[in-house]
Amino acid sequence: MDFEEEPEVIIKVNQLFKIFGNDPKRGVEHLRAGRTKQEIFEKTSLIVGLDDVSFEVMKGETFVLMGLSGCGKSTLLRSLNRLIHPTAGEIIIGGRDIVGMNDDEIREFRRDNIGMVFQNFALLPHRSILDNVAFGLEIQGMPLAERHEKSRAALELVGLSGYETSMPDQLSGGMKQRVGLARALAGDAEILLMDEAFSALDPLIRRDMQDELIDLQERLNKTVIFVTHDLDEALKIGNRIALMMDGKIIQVGTAEEILMNPENEYVERFVADVDMTKVLTAKDIMMKADPVIYCKSGPHHAARLMKEFGISSLFVVSQHRILRGIVMLEDVVEAVKHDKKTLEETTIQDIPFVQLDTPISEIIPVIADSRYPLPVLDEDARLKGMIMRSSVLLALARKEPETNDS
Amino acid sequence: MIPKLPIGDLVADLVDWIEFNLGWLLDIITAGFKTVLNGFADILMIIPPLIFIPILAILVYLVSHRNLRLALLSIAGLLLIWNLQLWDLSMMTLALVIASTFIALLIGVPLGILASGNDTFDAVIRVLLDFMQTMPPFVYLIPAVIFFSLGNVPGMIATVIFAMPPAIRLTNLGIRQIPTELIEVADAFGATPRQKLLKVQLPGALPTIMTGVNQCIMLALSMAVIASMIGAAGLGYQVLVGIQRVNIAMGFEAGLAIVILAIILDRVTQSVVR
Ligand SMILES: Nc1ncnc2c1ncn2[C@@H]1O[C@H](COP(=O)(O)OP(=O)(O)O)[C@@H](O)[C@H]1O
Ligand SMILES: [Mg+2]
Repeated sequence: MDFEEEPEVIIKVNQLFKIFGNDPKRGVEHLRAGRTKQEIFEKTSLIVGLDDVSFEVMKGETFVLMGLSGCGKSTLLRSLNRLIHPTAGEIIIGGRDIVGMNDDEIREFRRDNIGMVFQNFALLPHRSILDNVAFGLEIQGMPLAERHEKSRAALELVGLSGYETSMPDQLSGGMKQRVGLARALAGDAEILLMDEAFSALDPLIRRDMQDELIDLQERLNKTVIFVTHDLDEALKIGNRIALMMDGKIIQVGTAEEILMNPENEYVERFVADVDMTKVLTAKDIMMKADPVIYCKSGPHHAARLMKEFGISSLFVVSQHRILRGIVMLEDVVEAVKHDKKTLEETTIQDIPFVQLDTPISEIIPVIADSRYPLPVLDEDARLKGMIMRSSVLLALARKEPETNDS
Repeated sequence: MIPKLPIGDLVADLVDWIEFNLGWLLDIITAGFKTVLNGFADILMIIPPLIFIPILAILVYLVSHRNLRLALLSIAGLLLIWNLQLWDLSMMTLALVIASTFIALLIGVPLGILASGNDTFDAVIRVLLDFMQTMPPFVYLIPAVIFFSLGNVPGMIATVIFAMPPAIRLTNLGIRQIPTELIEVADAFGATPRQKLLKVQLPGALPTIMTGVNQCIMLALSMAVIASMIGAAGLGYQVLVGIQRVNIAMGFEAGLAIVILAIILDRVTQSVVR
């Protein structure tokens, strides 16, 4: 995802409340008066679904709603397309207020702007795969040929070409959810709502689907709101995560922000068993790789830089910081003695490196085997930073669950 | 001694009043039922048996997902009916059954749809249906005769009312059984109530509705036979005459034809469901 440009807010939720039960407005009063969900239920038998929820989602972002079962994730997600009608508050999507829309307006809004993927796939059993994918387009009133064409394209996107005429009960769970995904994508909606979309799948297939979603996101750049109760899933696919409890959002932030600075004990306990080596990646723990030396420079220059910065190695780069290799202090001293003009012979090429998004778990074995600092490269082999053995240890030491009172 | 209560007289007065004030409505209903019945009867009776039987066999074969045994069974049964010289009477009974079922579905399925979407209406109609189903079929003949006198139309009226409950119940049940997630799909993609009904609810409820159609047809057949007592034509009348004259041969043959029709109708509608 590219956040260099000004991010555009596409969904803005403002002080949203949802109370289930008769005369729900009084529930809002109770909440404003500071009573808890439990107290309100005992006193009035009203159920608090959402309690003063506010947040923003940026265009193109994968925003995860996470929390224990019953904390209000589905209620919040379903409020966004008004399958659930909020009791109070504002939802502004693409500049339009959703809460105040009448039935016709909300239907039209759903048709054009929002795709939804369901936990149990929710394919229509009497329809072929192609007609399932075409469902939303059919509702829009698109002619048959056109909607079939679009649906074929959507099926191809999720890797299910060739299954057009199959029936839903002939497909495995993972395939069914791909169809569900294709159905949500076929209409070209800007926003995708996914409620525990992968929770019903086997762990391995689930991981595949997560990868697939990340992959699709890189190509399509939809705005995805993804509900899950699984922290690992949230950390893996979310650009930002909102942690919920008792209908409230406790903390919003990137995976790192939530892991490194849990807002309170609840969040802390939630993230306590996370395997940090899988969550943190090279870009989270790398240091600046400065200075570097240009490959056409000579050994004298290298020696001076090393002396000045007190370091024993230097990365060698060409234009645009494309990594060429590394030079070590001993070799540079040798080269100076022999009065070499370039670093060409001195440079050690083909050193191990990692990518920006390589997780620590994969960095550890690489760095353990290497005698050099580990360069971190982007897709174009440009040097972005470096990792020393000490930086790995430091990162892991920074966040250890201090207390384990479970 | 308490004097005899004048219930009978009161009802007679009420009927008089209805006939006087709502006679036009009864006439419309009569005309409508006659039209439907004659439509089906004409089609069934005009086609000669030797053409009708193979056509029907092919139809049975196709709708029963290529059940050859069922098709052959139908041919044998219908040939037997023809041989017993009960063809016209059988077609009359069949016309009564089909016409009554048609009307029962025409009213029952929409009522079922209504009940599936409205809990109050559902509760009301449920009580009514429970009450109706506790009554013996015989009882349905009385109001039919009162308002429509004797003949095919009152027979059909009784048949329609008697056969309708499963159509209502199973349509209602079928729609309510659809998983909420599927309803949410329709809503989430912006379907109108009508689109939701036609594209999600009715197709999803179809297997259950077809079970209702099967029950509806079987009830219609049994009532169409009983309705011979108020002058409905067909095999039932033949059985009735056979009983009255203690003509065992006549009664038995007509009874056999009814059984054959029942088996064919039941098997065919059941295999459509599957
Ligand atoms: N239709 C409803 N009627 C009453 N209470 C509801 C309804 N839907 C959800 N709730 C309650 O609202 C709370 C949040 O539910 P939900 O959003 O489904 O949680 P989650 O998706 O996080 O598991 C729960 O306490 C649940 O019991
Ligand atoms: Mg949920």
